Amino acid sequence: MNVQLLAQFIVIFAAFFLLVNMSAVLVLAERKVMGFMQQRYGPYLVGPHGMLQPFADILKLLMKEELRPKGADKWLFTLAPVLAVTTAFAAFATVPFGGETTLFGLLDAPLKLGAADVNVGVLVIFAITSMGVYGIVLAGWSSNSKYALFGGLRASAQMISYELSYATALAAIIMLAGSMSVREMVDSQTGYWFGVIPKWYIFIQPIGFIIYFIAGVAETNRAPFDFPEAEQELVAGFNTEYSSVRFALFPQAEYINMVTVAAVATDLFLGGWHGLLPFRTPLDGLIEYWNVGWLVFFAKIGGILFFYIWMRWTVPRYRYDQLMKFGWKWLLPASVINLLVTAAAVLYFNA
Amino acid sequence: MLESLLFYVLSGLAVGASALVIGQRNAMYSVLLLIVSFAALAGLYIGLDAPFVAMAQMIIYAGAIMVLFLFVVMLLNAPQEDAAEWDRTHPLKRPGFARIGVVLAVLLVAELGWALAKVMSLGAPVGGRADGATISSVREMGRVLFTQYSFAFEATSVLILVAMVGAVVLARREGDA
Amino acid sequence: MIPLSHYLVVSALLFAIGSAGVFLRKNLITILLSVEIMLNAVNLSFVAFGRFNGTVDGQIITFFVMTVAAAEAAVGLALVIALFRTRESLNPDAFTSLKW
Repeated sequence: MNVQLLAQFIVIFAAFFLLVNMSAVLVLAERKVMGFMQQRYGPYLVGPHGMLQPFADILKLLMKEELRPKGADKWLFTLAPVLAVTTAFAAFATVPFGGETTLFGLLDAPLKLGAADVNVGVLVIFAITSMGVYGIVLAGWSSNSKYALFGGLRASAQMISYELSYATALAAIIMLAGSMSVREMVDSQTGYWFGVIPKWYIFIQPIGFIIYFIAGVAETNRAPFDFPEAEQELVAGFNTEYSSVRFALFPQAEYINMVTVAAVATDLFLGGWHGLLPFRTPLDGLIEYWNVGWLVFFAKIGGILFFYIWMRWTVPRYRYDQLMKFGWKWLLPASVINLLVTAAAVLYFNA
Repeated sequence: MLESLLFYVLSGLAVGASALVIGQRNAMYSVLLLIVSFAALAGLYIGLDAPFVAMAQMIIYAGAIMVLFLFVVMLLNAPQEDAAEWDRTHPLKRPGFARIGVVLAVLLVAELGWALAKVMSLGAPVGGRADGATISSVREMGRVLFTQYSFAFEATSVLILVAMVGAVVLARREGDA
Repeated sequence: MIPLSHYLVVSALLFAIGSAGVFLRKNLITILLSVEIMLNAVNLSFVAFGRFNGTVDGQIITFFVMTVAAAEAAVGLALVIALFRTRESLNPDAFTSLKW
């Protein structure tokens, strides 16, 4: 067996394994951070300081009874969560999470850390993310219940509204980087201005980052855009009728979508695996020397995910019509203007 | 070898899913099967060194148009076609037009297959050739799109605007603002 | 290496299936779906021929066909909604009031 091929398989499997673990860790992290923000400890009893809480949660969910409402469509009821989770995992396929490594000289050719490296990588991410709407729409419709249907319709309308701003923010970065491959975008962010500030795109495109982040939060149906699954308004939205394993797949899909949005934001705006802090430190040289860029990458993702969780438990929820109005009347024009200004600047400075 | 296998699997999936689309009673299943067919076609485009078109197909067709179809099917809550009303007689035994139509359709497919097999110049291999890099480059596509086909591009944007306005006007209820 | 004729056969099959759907089905939405199948068959043909000739023109035309298909699907579905509101039925045989 070709060692290179085997190593590639191991990297792909590692990426998948990582995503599954991230969703478990995020379950715990969310409840702990929520607890600390509300001036209480989060989960505390299971394991030291509640570290084994995800195991308890998953065990509980797996052992519940699998219900299916009588009027629910037999195939679509099971297909919806499967679709949601599959698209969530697949979207991470073209996200690179590290530089090249030779695994301490074991390999002949350097191996790129990332499941796949396509030269239209950004478009692949966007295409698979836009397929995530189906999981929610089908879940809402196939449950044969009013609350679920409304939740599903609202969630999917919200997701497709914010997809446009998402894509336009990405298009501005494509223009700056001159390529659609995510790995090339990260590699074009090496170097420093004035020797101190790293050449991350967030410094050139601050508004683009804000637009991308807001659109990403809306795409993953997280607060403050989580009206469709708000506990107070719609029972549980599109996953009202789900229980046990099928239910467990929906929050998992949501957390993995969060990780993907954070990963793409890190790759495109925050320099990926180059440079740890927004100013030059001696650590950066060490990181390049030891080739631990992937640790830097995960640290940055952790920061963005912490921000996600922080936002959920701080900011009140948008009402549905406010949400749609914001998406179409504010965010989309802002992202288009951002794109135009970026195009003008690129033309001017490269003429 | 892998390429041929992929081609046969993907084209079989595309044709099979499309055949199932037109045979389903439930419109929701038709839409979902068509999405499968589109995904298989996207795979075929990637094999033809057209990754941008493949991703555009997924984004536009499978990600937007099919969502629109799905919404309409859900909102209309369309009554399913009554299977009892379907004409179950064998196509060759139906009266007049249907019989002629079926015979002509089979003749058409047979003739098409024969003609395609006979034309020798179409036997040249496609896919996986050496000049794939220029064709699959988005930069090249953009250059041609904005220079040679710029009029069509601008006309398409006007078309989309007109379609948007038309769709909103047509789907409006009486008495709405 | 896959010869061009294989792609054209697939395209022809898809087109035939699409047109069979338009002729045989009695549900407006399924008819529109069959039209989309036909458009996709044509797209495949274009891309295959573009690759055969070594130009990028096939992909460009495909781009335009997709855009036109999107516009047509939107307007077609708006029409279906408007029609459904008047007759509560999606059977094209229900809209025969202009026949004599």
